[in-house]
Amino acid sequence: MTARVGVVTFPGSLDDGDAARAVRIAGAEPVRLWHGDPALHGVDAVVLPGGFSYGDYLRCGAIARFAPVMETIVDAARGGLPVLGICNGFQILCEAHLLPGALTRNQHLHFRNRDQFLRIESAGTAWTNAFQPGQEVLIPVKNGEGCYVADPATLDQLEGEGRVVARYIGGNPNGSQRDIAAITNSAGNVVGIMPHPEHAVEELTGPSLDGLGFFTSVLKHLVGAPA
Amino acid sequence: MPRVVVDVMLKPEILDPQGQAVANALPRLGVSDVASVRIGRRIEIEFTGEPDLDRAREIADKLLANPVIEDYTVRLVEADETADARS
Repeated sequence: MTARVGVVTFPGSLDDGDAARAVRIAGAEPVRLWHGDPALHGVDAVVLPGGFSYGDYLRCGAIARFAPVMETIVDAARGGLPVLGICNGFQILCEAHLLPGALTRNQHLHFRNRDQFLRIESAGTAWTNAFQPGQEVLIPVKNGEGCYVADPATLDQLEGEGRVVARYIGGNPNGSQRDIAAITNSAGNVVGIMPHPEHAVEELTGPSLDGLGFFTSVLKHLVGAPA
Repeated sequence: MPRVVVDVMLKPEILDPQGQAVANALPRLGVSDVASVRIGRRIEIEFTGEPDLDRAREIADKLLANPVIEDYTVRLVEADETADARS
C-alpha cells in the first residue's frame, strides 16, 4: 500500500508544491492539508513546508502554531506521527514546543540563499534513516531567520542524546549555534531542518538528489524497516 | 479606557543583530557615545471591558513573546499614554 504523506498549506506557504512533488518522487502519495481544517485525512506522516506562514507576523511560525490543523498535528506527533518541518516548518515546530530552542534573525542580517553542504549526524530518526551517519549531503538553504539558538543546557542535551540531526559544514550560513541545521525530538519522529531537502530531489532543478533521502526515510520508517 | 501594554525584549544573552546594526549606524549620525542598542516590541491591548492583566499575561506568554528567547513585561497605561493618543 502506498504511504500517504500530508503536506500542510498555510497562508503564505511557498514550498508546499515542491514538498508534495518530493513526496511523490520518493514513491508516496502526497495529500494536501489545509491550515483551517483540523482533519489529517488518514495521512501516515506530515510535512510542514517552507515559506512565510501568516506573513511571518509577530515571529516566524508564532501564529501558524495556533492553526486548527496544528492542534491536531501536535497531538498526533506526541503519539508518534512522523513530522518533518522544513525552514518555516522548523520554526513552527519550535513555536509549538515540539522541538526545543528557537530560530532567530540570521546573525549577519542577510537573507542567505545558496547550496549548502551538511553532515548527517543522526541517521536514527524517521526522516534520516536512509543516510549513513557522517554522510555529507548538498541541500539548498534559503532563510532570513535561520539562526538556531537554545540555552547551553538544551544544546548539551541535544548533543548528548544524539538529537542534532544535521550540521552545516563548509561555512555556517546564519550563525546557528554549534552549526546546527536540523534537530529531532527525543522519540525521533519529529525533525526540524532549516535547509530545503525538497529542492534537491531532481537533477533538472536541484544541486543534487540528496534531499530525496529525507522522504524515502519516512517510507522506510513507516514499513517498519530498521534504521 | 486604559490599555494593557506588553513590552517584549530579546533575553540579554540572545544576540540582537538588528540592535547591533542600528548601533553601528549611529557614528554616521555623529553619535559616538552609545554603548549598545537593543530592539524590542511594544504591543498595546484594548479589552472590550475592564483591562484584564492576568489575561494579558496569558496572551503574552502564549503568543506575543517566545519565552525561549524573549522576556516580557505587562502593565496598565491610561488612554492618554497610548500611541493613539500621541499621534
